[in-house]
Amino acid sequence: MGKFKEKVIQPILDSWSLIVGLKITGKYFFKPLITVHYPRQVIDDENLETYGGHVELIGKPKDPATPKCISCMMCVTNCPSKCLTVVKSKPPKLTAAEEEAMKAAEEAGEKVVKPKAPKNPAKFLYDYTLCSLCGTCIDNCPAKSLKFSNNIYWVATSRKEMKIDLLARLKEQATELSAPAPKTEAAPAAAEKEA
Amino acid sequence: MNAFLMNLLVLIIAAVAAMAWLGINALVWVYCERKFAGHIQRRPGPFEVGPHGVLQPLIDGLKLMGKQLLTPDNADAVLYWLAPLLSMLPVLLLFLPIPYGPVLTGMDVNLGLLLILAFSSFNGLAVILAGWASNNKWGVLGAARAVSQTVAYEIPLLLTVLAISFMTGTLSLTEITAMQEGYIWNWFIFRNPFTFLSFFVFIIAMFGETNRAPFDLAEAESELTAGFHTEYSSMGFGLFFMAEYGYMVVMCSVCSVLFLGGYHGPIPGIDGWWWMLVKTYALLSLMVWARWTYPRVRFDQLLNINWKWLLPLATFNLLAIALIVKL
Ligand code: SF4
Ligand code: SF4
Repeated sequence: MGKFKEKVIQPILDSWSLIVGLKITGKYFFKPLITVHYPRQVIDDENLETYGGHVELIGKPKDPATPKCISCMMCVTNCPSKCLTVVKSKPPKLTAAEEEAMKAAEEAGEKVVKPKAPKNPAKFLYDYTLCSLCGTCIDNCPAKSLKFSNNIYWVATSRKEMKIDLLARLKEQATELSAPAPKTEAAPAAAEKEA
Repeated sequence: MNAFLMNLLVLIIAAVAAMAWLGINALVWVYCERKFAGHIQRRPGPFEVGPHGVLQPLIDGLKLMGKQLLTPDNADAVLYWLAPLLSMLPVLLLFLPIPYGPVLTGMDVNLGLLLILAFSSFNGLAVILAGWASNNKWGVLGAARAVSQTVAYEIPLLLTVLAISFMTGTLSLTEITAMQEGYIWNWFIFRNPFTFLSFFVFIIAMFGETNRAPFDLAEAESELTAGFHTEYSSMGFGLFFMAEYGYMVVMCSVCSVLFLGGYHGPIPGIDGWWWMLVKTYALLSLMVWARWTYPRVRFDQLLNINWKWLLPLATFNLLAIALIVKL
């Protein structure tokens, strides 16, 4: 009897789940759509916050055009896909007159401080075609200078375009921010250009 | 002689109408299916071509026609191209005996039901030819699976249909419809508990017969890359595709004739072809709805459902109805 119940009665009772399934999909059929009709509508900023797009630099709070980055190379070493290239800055070239003065001071026995290289990187290149968006670079950055962007509408037609200069991007962002135009209006404009 | 010519004329008109009807239905249901799927998943579905994407199926059809017709190397070209035609042409014939209305019946034959069942089996032949002639192992595997499925599901389908013809004593769809005239409880689905059961067996077998999800194993793209029509390009594939929708429409029409009173309305006096349309389309919507609800079954499950459940049920059902008729 137990076997009969298990093999015959139970499957019949379980068939009810088919109706439950239809009920669920039927309910969703009448719910409002959640997809955004892209060129005509864009996602609002609130929903974009959780989006993890390509990696980008974070500017200094007081000087948004320069990154917080200290060229420590942690991100480059840790990136499993080798998509970041950081070039350290060189110390500024001295003019001939300054060099003369320094030499003279040295000869006079004074302590000379050679100008140090700025900490900010000279170049910060990033290849989106290689990035696996693993976030290792972000987690390992001691200066907290990297983040995932929420640049959701980025498309390109060639691999080359996917290699971006993050420093230039940061500069652009900084000027965009200081511009009076509010952000919400900038997004549809960008969308239109792409469409 | 004059009557013969008259009949021939009617037949030709009906065949052309069936072709148009099939084409329109395929277009409409491809669109509806995609919209349904979209809304169930809370996205808009096709949206760009025409208002709300209504021209999408048309454009897709044009695109399909624009593609090159390829015959695979070493394939048997004759059989290979015969298969899609063999799948498509019987469908046109299937529409003829279905009474869409008192006048809207292409061909009022005594054996309409038999004709439909016989010619719908052509699809099995078309599928196995397509799979075999493609010179492709997925094709052969897909065809083998499709045929074992079609053959299996045909049996319970036949048994339930047989139950109805036991009750009515006829194989003519027109007569079966006529017997359901009057109030809604005259429809065969409500006649007795066993016809109610027949209806469900018929519906499930119909899903299996027409290769629709959750029984769409003939074209399981995840295992067989498309099954028997893997190699077909352009309209070769297009014909199979149209035929699938054609069979869906035929099966749903037959179901509404057998169980839901055909063109008769729920109360007397409001009969008309629109009832047939409403019923058929409701059943088609159910098929689409089910497709986007249930996951695809495994092949052994598919055959188990049929041999262990549907077949005994249908047999029992047939015996019970025979008993009722005898009493
Ligand atoms: S997210 Fe991962 S793959 Fe991408 S740059 Fe950072 S470390 Fe490299
Ligand atoms: S880990 Fe951070 S601070 Fe170091 S180089 Fe990379 S971005 Fe700059």
